[in-house]
Amino acid sequence: MTVQDLTAQKEFVPVHVGKTADREITKTFCCDLLSIAMGKAPEGCAWITVMANMNTLAVASLADAACIVLAEDVHLDETALQKAAEQDISVFETKLPIFEAALLVYRKINGE
Amino acid sequence: MADIITLRYTVSPDDFTRAGEASSDVKNKLKQLGIAPPVIRKVSIALYEGEINMVIHAKGGEITVEVSPESIRMVLADVGPGIPDISLAMKEGYSTAPDEIRSLGFGAGMGLSNMKKYTDYMDIQTELGIGTTITMIVNVT
Ligand SMILES: Nc1ncnc2c1ncn2[C@@H]1O[C@H](COP(=O)(O)OP(=O)(O)OP(=O)(O)O)[C@@H](O)[C@H]1O
Ligand SMILES: [Mg+2]
Repeated sequence: MTVQDLTAQKEFVPVHVGKTADREITKTFCCDLLSIAMGKAPEGCAWITVMANMNTLAVASLADAACIVLAEDVHLDETALQKAAEQDISVFETKLPIFEAALLVYRKINGE
Repeated sequence: MADIITLRYTVSPDDFTRAGEASSDVKNKLKQLGIAPPVIRKVSIALYEGEINMVIHAKGGEITVEVSPESIRMVLADVGPGIPDISLAMKEGYSTAPDEIRSLGFGAGMGLSNMKKYTDYMDIQTELGIGTTITMIVNVT
């Protein structure tokens, strides 16, 4: 399943879907502490978190996640939105709790 | 080998909106230089943790990155308080990050361990009240 495929999911609102949207999502990863995510997030994962700030974007980009899914109806502020666009980092928002958002991505990855 | 490329950055203190800019720039430059993606990822992770620590725990400083065909060498020199007990600081979970920093998602006490884990060499020189200089090397080959 690619990042682009997630846009078809009605629960997920695309905030920025980058030029690299054809990228395959390899795994699901959940964590809100940045340096744990930095050390453990698998390359190409969908990273589900409630931590919505500039640093989340930096970590996703540097650890090479495929996209960020912001759960629990949290939002990026205006500067962070700009940065997501500038750095072409794919970000989705959802009202779902972290577990349910992750489960949904997980099921999609496994073709359920 | 003669062709060493040197990149230099100044890290400003207490600027969280800009923190990570040096690491992002290094990542882009390494990409342009055609460095292998797994090497870029290691450098990016280690450098970001070090850069953020310079902002959170010190008063900013200077980052120098030397790219040679064999390795990428990063030197992070800050003008902060120094680290009183390096082995304690290196422990996973140990953090002195204040609450307002923790609310941004920092403070797991994993930064220095990530730096160690993702590099082939790491050295910390520190002097209380003067600052800390961390050298890290990631082998290219
Ligand atoms: N450059 C530095 N100058 C002074 N103290 C530092 C420096 N870098 C790290 N430290 C000390 O070492 C501790 C551990 O650092 P480490 O990066 O592992 O965790 P952290 O920054 O507290 O949290 P995080 O998991 O978000 O990185 C810090 O809390 C701080 O006390
Ligand atoms: Mg740290």
